[in-house]
Amino acid sequence: MTDSAALLNKHSFVELGARQRAKALLDDGTFRELLDPFQRIMSPWLLRQGVVPQSDDGVVIAKGTLDGLPVVIAAIEGAFQGGSLGEVGGAKIAGALELAAEDNRNGIPTRAVLLLETGGVRLQEANLGLAAIAEIHSAIVDLRQYQPVVGVVAGSVGCFGGMSIAAGLCSYLLVTQEARLGLNGPQVIEQEAGLDEYDSRDRPFIWSLTGGEQRFATGLVDRYAADDVPQIRQQVCQLLHLGVPAEHRSGQAELFLQRLARLDTDVQIEPAAVRQLYQGEHP
Amino acid sequence: MSSYSLRGLRWFEALSAGASQLPGLPASVKAADARLGGKTVRLLAVVADPDNRFPRARNGEVGLLEGWGLAKAVDDAIEADRETSSKRALIAIVDVPSQAYGRREEALGIHQALAGAADSYARARLAGHPVIGLLVGKAMSGAFLAHGYQANRLIALRDPGVMVHAMGKASAARVTLRSVEELEALAASVPPMAYDIDSFASLGLLWETLSVEQIEQPSAADLARVVDCLQQAINAVTGAPRNLSSRLGAPHRAASSHVRQLLSAQW
Repeated sequence: MTDSAALLNKHSFVELGARQRAKALLDDGTFRELLDPFQRIMSPWLLRQGVVPQSDDGVVIAKGTLDGLPVVIAAIEGAFQGGSLGEVGGAKIAGALELAAEDNRNGIPTRAVLLLETGGVRLQEANLGLAAIAEIHSAIVDLRQYQPVVGVVAGSVGCFGGMSIAAGLCSYLLVTQEARLGLNGPQVIEQEAGLDEYDSRDRPFIWSLTGGEQRFATGLVDRYAADDVPQIRQQVCQLLHLGVPAEHRSGQAELFLQRLARLDTDVQIEPAAVRQLYQGEHP
Repeated sequence: MSSYSLRGLRWFEALSAGASQLPGLPASVKAADARLGGKTVRLLAVVADPDNRFPRARNGEVGLLEGWGLAKAVDDAIEADRETSSKRALIAIVDVPSQAYGRREEALGIHQALAGAADSYARARLAGHPVIGLLVGKAMSGAFLAHGYQANRLIALRDPGVMVHAMGKASAARVTLRSVEELEALAASVPPMAYDIDSFASLGLLWETLSVEQIEQPSAADLARVVDCLQQAINAVTGAPRNLSSRLGAPHRAASSHVRQLLSAQW
């Protein structure tokens, strides 16, 4: 196949919105959205600040099956307010994960897939976003006792703030080259630490540290996929079939403390140094 | 001028009353088992370490070592009490100005370190450890998510220096394309955007607020009042659900409950 033919046949996942992404992952005809946009459950906080709300608050919750397995998908719409989480969107994700855990206690093996395109807390709803994210963390840790929680960061927004911590709690993480995963957004680091520490306009620098390829090479995520719907779907499927991992990445404090102890912090860090320090345990 | 707060350290010292500290932790993470009303509790605090190997985490920020260090200290308690039904309470003393902002932090996965801490606190709570957050200073953003926000119950001391928020004012203004003055004006009328503890309390996220005389260096009376409140919180948790549902129900957080009801009905 020529390159142009390959391009024409490619089905980009990154270019899809949150609802289309959820549909693309679920088995045909099984997509069922909860609290869909027609129910108009919107943010009670945005309008009074002069921000136009959206009728799904930027979060899509869908139930269905994936390769026959019962799943709930929580997909964040990166195009609405940078994928930021406010009270309603946050409660949708936390509530869905809580119900999935409850399912498992009642003998229904519901899994969860999180499609993460988010800057983290929506600052217009600051403390309610933060509270919701704490509840999302709690619900992930609860659910993943029973079934895997798979996080997907496809891009182009990436996954930041409190939701990067949620990503770190997932049983498995999948990224593309477009993805970025990190706690603090580049602008905020530059604001807090200065241009020498972090140049928010230097895109190659930022991707070299926090981009999908680097996160995979350093073992901070589990899978690295092309921006292609069938490939991403297949990988998510495989991860769901793997079941609960013997050890979660977030449960390995001793390992990470040992690694950090070996780092020379007198010199500024380079991407290669992270790969060297962290690789070895990763296949 | 000291650029960092000593509140967390002072309250840790007062509550631990000289109990020996858990070894093998970074200097910025303090953990000790103390006796509280005849029961063993584990106190945990993140404190400033001016000699921190990670320069962006020298003022009490929660960084790589702090996230993983907290996780280790909490895991140790879970492991120690694995075979017993009386799980020791974990008391997170919260005085954290922010997460650490730096190149090393992002490169080495500070998000994963903070996930480590949140994971351990949440697992401890699910295993039956009462987890209490005691807010004596700032409780900011990712730092609070890693240290304190997984608690069954949150207690805040009443003081202008005790504040919870998602981002410092200067950065929040930059990200939302507002001036700091505009941000402050909005915060006055939108409770979740405010920085003060009364606005935060109106969201229903706190179990109790408490006044003390000397927040920087607790007096004997302050200590007695806080110890009493901690014991009540631990008692309140015993037998109660191990999730975070006690935070729901305030009028300013009605949508959080409404969304859950609808989800459950449509599930």
